[in-house]
Amino acid sequence: MKNLIKNKNNIIIFAITIAVYVLIMILVNAGLLSRQMTSIIVPVCVNVMLAVSLCLIVGFLGELTLGHASFMSIGAYTGALITMNLTTLPVPVAFAIAIIAGGLVAGLFGILIGVPVLRLKGDYLAIVTLGFGEIIKSIINSLTVTGGAAGLSNIPKYSTYKQFTLIYIIMVLMILLIANLVNSRHGRAISSIRDNYIAAEATGIPVSRFKVTAFVISAVFAGIAGVIYAHNVGILKPGNFDYNKSIEILVMVVLGGMGNIKGSIIAAVILTLLPEVLRGLDDYRMLMYAVVLIAMMIFNNSAFKARLLEKKNLKSSEKEVE
Amino acid sequence: MALLEIKKLGISFGGLRAVDDLNMELNEGSLVGLIGPNGAGKTTVFNMLTGVYTPTNGRILLDGKSIVGKKPNEICDAGIARTFQNIRLFDKMTVLDNVKVALNSHYSYSLFESFTHLGSYRKKELEMNEKAMEILKVFDLDGQADYMATNLPYGKQRKLEIARALATNPRILLLDEPAAGMNPAETQELMHTIELVRSKFHVTILLIEHDMKLVSGICEYLYVLNFGTLLVHGKPEEVLNDPKVITAYLGDEEEEEGGSAHGNA
Amino acid sequence: MNVLNSIIEQLINGLRTGSIYALIALGYTMVYGIAKMINFAHGDIIMVGAYILYVFVSLLHIPAIPAVLLTTMACAVLGVVIEKVAYKPLRKAQPLAVLITAIGVSFFLQNIIQLIFGATPIPFGSIIKIPAITLGSITISGITLVTLIVTTICMVSLTLFINKTKAGRAMRAVSEDKGAAELMGINVNGTISLTFFIGSALAAIAGILFICQYEALKPTLGALPGIKAFVAAVLGGIGSIPGAMLGGILLGVIESLSKAYISTQLSDAIVFGVLVLVLLVKPTGLLGKQRKEKV
Repeated sequence: MKNLIKNKNNIIIFAITIAVYVLIMILVNAGLLSRQMTSIIVPVCVNVMLAVSLCLIVGFLGELTLGHASFMSIGAYTGALITMNLTTLPVPVAFAIAIIAGGLVAGLFGILIGVPVLRLKGDYLAIVTLGFGEIIKSIINSLTVTGGAAGLSNIPKYSTYKQFTLIYIIMVLMILLIANLVNSRHGRAISSIRDNYIAAEATGIPVSRFKVTAFVISAVFAGIAGVIYAHNVGILKPGNFDYNKSIEILVMVVLGGMGNIKGSIIAAVILTLLPEVLRGLDDYRMLMYAVVLIAMMIFNNSAFKARLLEKKNLKSSEKEVE
Repeated sequence: MALLEIKKLGISFGGLRAVDDLNMELNEGSLVGLIGPNGAGKTTVFNMLTGVYTPTNGRILLDGKSIVGKKPNEICDAGIARTFQNIRLFDKMTVLDNVKVALNSHYSYSLFESFTHLGSYRKKELEMNEKAMEILKVFDLDGQADYMATNLPYGKQRKLEIARALATNPRILLLDEPAAGMNPAETQELMHTIELVRSKFHVTILLIEHDMKLVSGICEYLYVLNFGTLLVHGKPEEVLNDPKVITAYLGDEEEEEGGSAHGNA
Repeated sequence: MNVLNSIIEQLINGLRTGSIYALIALGYTMVYGIAKMINFAHGDIIMVGAYILYVFVSLLHIPAIPAVLLTTMACAVLGVVIEKVAYKPLRKAQPLAVLITAIGVSFFLQNIIQLIFGATPIPFGSIIKIPAITLGSITISGITLVTLIVTTICMVSLTLFINKTKAGRAMRAVSEDKGAAELMGINVNGTISLTFFIGSALAAIAGILFICQYEALKPTLGALPGIKAFVAAVLGGIGSIPGAMLGGILLGVIESLSKAYISTQLSDAIVFGVLVLVLLVKPTGLLGKQRKEKV
């Protein structure tokens, strides 16, 4: 019975995935979208990837990292430098190498930073990831190979809306992998750390190892998102990957309901489209993000929400225990 | 040789000697109680046994092998599982998943299989579900397998914690005040459950408890701690009538009440 | 002799920046002690303080001393309001929720200021117009002098306040055990408000001293000193008031010496290196208390 429901859900999700793809393809090919809307298709996908990868850390591991944008930047620069230098290779090969290398290098930095830092938790972890993010930014800023403060330009545009099919597949794959992971023994171990790390340890979960695992997976996916971003905009500057970008991704995860992959995806799509749809909102975008963060947290912990939940739980549970 | 040997165990926090010169032995299959007034250092002993604290001195031998300095998860793998005085469940996970976390290392599959749900994923997950349900059934929790742990009533949360500890397949089970906050009827049921656990899972049990009815009802042997040192040990009927034990407890009657109120919180 | 002079000058510089860090770090540490949270928005109070001073002095032409007092009051009130609106509803929430809210508040302050004043830096001359003094071959600027005097006064009065007054005792009690303090008849909410009030007032003073030195306003000016002061608080042992003072001054000296003798660009990285090192080697800091989660 339960398996049937699960299968039915899977079929619905599969249908939606295909429907979204077909819809966008029709809209683009029939010329029904404005140029702005067309140009934002890939950035939406990139943000979905970033949100889903951060969701693993914030929603499932229950830790906060404020350096997610720097993993994206590592991927972006690595990928861009590869395609700019491997000009003799055929485009698909060079781009594939860029994507793989971007993810791997970001993952490598994830290990480098994660191993010492993930012994910490909570506030300390957050502030140290913020610090590392700033350090990575200043290193990129000072290196010549990354073009310093001027950045890189003339990056081949291998991931525009014309390559939508490929990017969509990568995005769906990434979501699928994370959703699968969450429903596995590894995912359960990660969530148990969020809920009670002392109990997790006492139950035989090597907490540090799973923390680093989650951190590195998230870094790899952010790196891949970075490669796609780089080949979409064609120009990279260290300033693109600052604290604000990390917060923007965080807002998507928080708005999506922390630990809700579907929610993160929807929030990422809406928050990327909104400034385009409502021009003039751009000035207030960051302020809006701030308000969203505060309001969501207060709402999540309010008596109002508790009452809503209680109503929902009444049927399924005998007694609400605080 | 005893299954668990504790020799001259001691720990200091700053200047405070929380536990000093403690010697204990646990024989395979026994059910032993660790009692004493509040602040006697009972939970500290559990924390040293499970690697949460590193003892300042002394030895802990499991099957003759030292476990001092090992991490909590390594000690769990070595065969000591525990519950907590203040319940520590994975609140936002289902009852079933709480138990499945504990089965993690016994039904191992690779990270790749986790990502793709290919390979042995399905088979291992099914086996895990079966095993978890089997354990939950013992505690009459199988009907609530899909509930969020946090939505279980208090008594069932305590049971789930024991179920989770047992799912790690321990040789020794440490129960920290399992009856705290329970009414007499629930305590009675718990005693029955503990007996059942011992016979069904062939596990050695060491428990901390304030409920003397429970202690004298099921424990075969008692150790009494007071101010971090061993006061007496022996069979329950001898120990509980020992004047030293009575003095230690009566002197702390009031704090005792405060203690159980804390357990309820 | 020249080497010695230069070292002494760097030490004085370090002392000056360090004492500003110490003032900010005190706010972090006091709030942490009482509310068990890191107030991410604390650094931005510095920035708001600098802007408010600018409004009073440059736009409303209020004389320096009343402007400083008004600025300090305004920031102190802002701190209390932030606590009431954003943090109080989350007293019993998970640490992650509180942390995200604090980041939200920080982001909010930066962006509201940016909306009002724009992102381009606004030049703003120092309000401290005291001549430099010369001791032998060493010159100490007026700003340095004022900074050192003001921070010393603040620290001494804070220490006296915490240790000698009833309100100070209440603060210490609440930071030890909120529940017990409440049972003893202490007004916990009032004490928390008072903590935010004092912490934010100190941040405002730090902000004023800071802006007198850097003479340009921008919405993100509080972020870096804020983070460094946080490092100082951790270095000294978060929750410990003498620790925050010691940590702040040490960090200022480390930064000043590494700027002078190692590399200007790397000085921030060194500061963060100190943080990571402290957290990994001795997470309780130099003067912090051992605080282990009760199992």
